Amino acid sequence: MYSDKVMDHFSNPRNVGEIENADGIGMVGNAKCGDIMKMFIKVEKNVITDVKFKTFGCGAAIATSSMSTEMVKGKTIEEAMALTNKAVAEALDGLPTQKIHCSMLAEEAIHAAIEDYKKKQQQGD
Amino acid sequence: MNRIYLDNAATTPVAAEVLQKMLPYFSDVYGNASSIYATGREARKALENARATVAAAIGAKPNEIYFTAGGSESDNWAIKGAAYANSGKGKHIITTAIEHHAVLNTCQYLEKKGFAVTYLPVDEFGRVTAEQVQAAITPETILITIMAANNEIGTLEPIEEIGRVARNHKTLFHSDAVQAMGAIPVDVVKWGVDMLSMSAHKIHGPKGAGVLYLKNGVRVDPLIHGGAQERGRRAGTENLAGIVGTAEAVRLATKDLQEKAAKISALRDRLIAGVIKTIPDVRLNGHPTERLPGNANFSVKFIEGEGMLLRLDMAGIAASSGSACTSGSLDPSHVLLAIGLPHEIAHGSLRFSISDKTVQEDIDEVLRVLPGIVNTLRDMSPIMA
Repeated sequence: MYSDKVMDHFSNPRNVGEIENADGIGMVGNAKCGDIMKMFIKVEKNVITDVKFKTFGCGAAIATSSMSTEMVKGKTIEEAMALTNKAVAEALDGLPTQKIHCSMLAEEAIHAAIEDYKKKQQQGD
Repeated sequence: MNRIYLDNAATTPVAAEVLQKMLPYFSDVYGNASSIYATGREARKALENARATVAAAIGAKPNEIYFTAGGSESDNWAIKGAAYANSGKGKHIITTAIEHHAVLNTCQYLEKKGFAVTYLPVDEFGRVTAEQVQAAITPETILITIMAANNEIGTLEPIEEIGRVARNHKTLFHSDAVQAMGAIPVDVVKWGVDMLSMSAHKIHGPKGAGVLYLKNGVRVDPLIHGGAQERGRRAGTENLAGIVGTAEAVRLATKDLQEKAAKISALRDRLIAGVIKTIPDVRLNGHPTERLPGNANFSVKFIEGEGMLLRLDMAGIAASSGSACTSGSLDPSHVLLAIGLPHEIAHGSLRFSISDKTVQEDIDEVLRVLPGIVNTLRDMSPIMA
């Protein structure tokens, strides 16, 4: 049911963990639905230099978290904001229909972390 | 890789003895059991022998045994058939919140057709009481349908006591015994049931084959109309190979039942004790003692079930979960919610179901790999304290 790429990212997830003094943190989903994603980003000169995640959820939730961190690492804030759930799913060679909502969570988590970063920037000004 | 199969509540491999009995009925004894020539007569004989074997295993008479295409058909037939045949007397049905979907969804369908259904709640262990059933009965009640043993958490229901309540009120009583068959002694007379559903593939028989016990005198409408097979109550040329396989599976499953149950429950208890001891923040779901010999169902806090299943599969171990991701919906198992588990705990459920083919090494392998799997997933979990 899962592609080899999903299984690869599920069994060897990239960028698992937390970032101390992260510049932005985003958390989406809830335990009631069975999926929670928490993203941490480090930003230097408008570029995401580091990103880590923690996820409570199914195989697809973990794989999409992992893949989305790889896709935004080294990207500018604007590039990362343009990340779509469709792009995450495609990079994983597709997801089963009932798991598409997991890729939406990954997009939302990245965006939430960036929004948090922007808010902190504004507060800092 | 040595594969360890601990999902016997989902299905089981066909036993070699069962397959051997079935094989001649595909192409050697191919006759239609309704035909009068030799191969038809031979088929008829095998059919009636199978009926007698199944009847003997559950304390029924041969003419009370009806072969179906599986547990779901048996449940559908019993419930819809009894509801429609008895709707002149009343339109109320009593069941529980933890039934298999073959029962629950059939009841929900009947609600749309004008029947009223009471879904009795269960306690934290998944038990319903005869007193609850008694209190729910109204003059309109025509059917009580309560499972003998729950497929997810393994809890055994007090069927004999509920049977007494049903008899006192002259209400039809159906029990889904798909999981109970071959695990605990099933006796339709002692239990006081009017109808009982069974499935072959849960007890090392073939898929697509089941049985409905219909006590003599019980009125049910047919589900499948057509020819006069099964005493005119279930049409369709008999699936003879499946029926012969069902009978052999039933015979083997009920042979030396106590010894097998003792062996299986010892393995179950080893698994439960080992998991509870080696993994923190785990709870056993279901009743501590009144449970199927082969069922161990846990909730592992802070992580989700599908991740555990995938990693167990990578280690060669097959199990199941009641998490939303495995149920194909956004909600976790209705059974786990009915015993009062919060959603997030229900999402982290893990069920192992043991058979008499399971050996101690299988259990020890689970105990060897599971703590590492749980740790890996918990390290990734944002809700891990």
